[in-house]
Amino acid sequence: MSFLLNCLTNTKHPLSKPITQPAISIQLLSMQKSLVSITDYSKEEMLRILDYAAEFEKNPNQHILDGKVVATLFFEPSTRTRLSFETAVNRLGGRIIGFSDASTSSSSKGETLKDTIKMVSNYADLIVMRHPLEGAARYASEVAKVPVINAGDGSNQHPTQTLLDLYSIRKTQERLTDLNIYMVGDLKYGRTVHSLLMAMAHFKPTFHFIAPDELKMPNEYKQFCDEQNIPYFEHKELNENINEADILYMTRVQRERFTDLMEYEKVKNVYTLKSKMLENTRNNLRILHPLPRVTEIDYDVDDSEKAYYFDQAQNGLYVRQAVISCSLGLL
Amino acid sequence: MSKTENKQVKIVAAIKDGTVIDRIPSDKLFKVASILHIEELSNQITVGNNLESQELGTKGIIKVSDKFFSDKDINKIALIAPNAKLNVIRDYVVVEKKTLKLPSVLEDIVKCGNPNCITNHEPMMTRFHVEDNHTLTLRCQYCERVMSGDEVKIL
Repeated sequence: MSFLLNCLTNTKHPLSKPITQPAISIQLLSMQKSLVSITDYSKEEMLRILDYAAEFEKNPNQHILDGKVVATLFFEPSTRTRLSFETAVNRLGGRIIGFSDASTSSSSKGETLKDTIKMVSNYADLIVMRHPLEGAARYASEVAKVPVINAGDGSNQHPTQTLLDLYSIRKTQERLTDLNIYMVGDLKYGRTVHSLLMAMAHFKPTFHFIAPDELKMPNEYKQFCDEQNIPYFEHKELNENINEADILYMTRVQRERFTDLMEYEKVKNVYTLKSKMLENTRNNLRILHPLPRVTEIDYDVDDSEKAYYFDQAQNGLYVRQAVISCSLGLL
Repeated sequence: MSKTENKQVKIVAAIKDGTVIDRIPSDKLFKVASILHIEELSNQITVGNNLESQELGTKGIIKVSDKFFSDKDINKIALIAPNAKLNVIRDYVVVEKKTLKLPSVLEDIVKCGNPNCITNHEPMMTRFHVEDNHTLTLRCQYCERVMSGDEVKIL
């Protein structure tokens, strides 16, 4: 009896260390809530996530999800994102249910998203979902009884990508304010650059947008910069323009975003970063890329100390640990 | 209201109690009728169109007897005919003139123009946030896309 009682009360893994709460200047209420769009988080909440992520980086194995079940619902395949979330849950001691492809879920039988989410929220404490339709995660967060973390909804939002980008920027530059952020490639359809722009707006950046006419930064984001008094410059060439950059954020020109494949063929190889282009760049420059890359970064750049994209992906793990824990109200 | 317009209103027929929606641009009359779903009502309804109007050139008018629309219904009209006038009639007298005001959130009134938006694939209500009254700029709560002016399609 006493053994059973001990098992029931001892919910912490014997090897786990309690996570230390980072010192932050503003005391916030519990953040237990869904994360659908990067704008769901205030500046302070974003900084709080980054602080927790830094703690997880120091000690990724924290059994604070013991007894919790997390559903990872991937209505479209995304191996990289799914593995990152599932590793985060595993390292926190939680259990995972879910599917990695809609063909193995009831949606292939015609079940509505609402019904799937209602059913899963009976079983899980948290839902992480990826869906090919824009707005699916917001809708799921409205019908679910449990918090929902958006792991990408069509071309709309992928907020944990944005948070890991912020984390990588802060980690490599040791600050988030007053940085020259250069965004390169598909600035029209690339959701990562749009969300990063919105998130960085809190930190007095100067933006440089390097894209062909077909893939220019949409006007609504330039208007947003104007309203926020954020300076931005547009360029068409990827060349010595980048010498003043602190962060070079490369993106893939995604074939699936084009309805006209002729347009895709015209622009797909326009911007390729080569190691010789880095010769006169700043020492603190770091190259980020949400990955997967295709042709936009030459392989010889990988050896440069300025290449940071693989570390960036690793940072995703710590950021997702922080987001999951906060969404469950555990931090 | 000018004397000429007043006469025009009377041409369409006075009502004892009910609602008169006046100064609807002629090309918007049937849209207004449609979003109010007046075809589903059993009340006496008088609809006039292409009536002379000093202000608009021609105008439309809808009179519904014994019907007093909710503010939610009235606000829908603001989407397509923001300058229309709505009068509440009791015993042949105008007892209230309502100004149209676009609500800050539009529920199940507008269709999202993004074919990849969840609202076009699930049996669910649409929900838009009005970002700019004058240009009729709306943001979909779900896919977060912005639509304005003629892109806005009523459900």
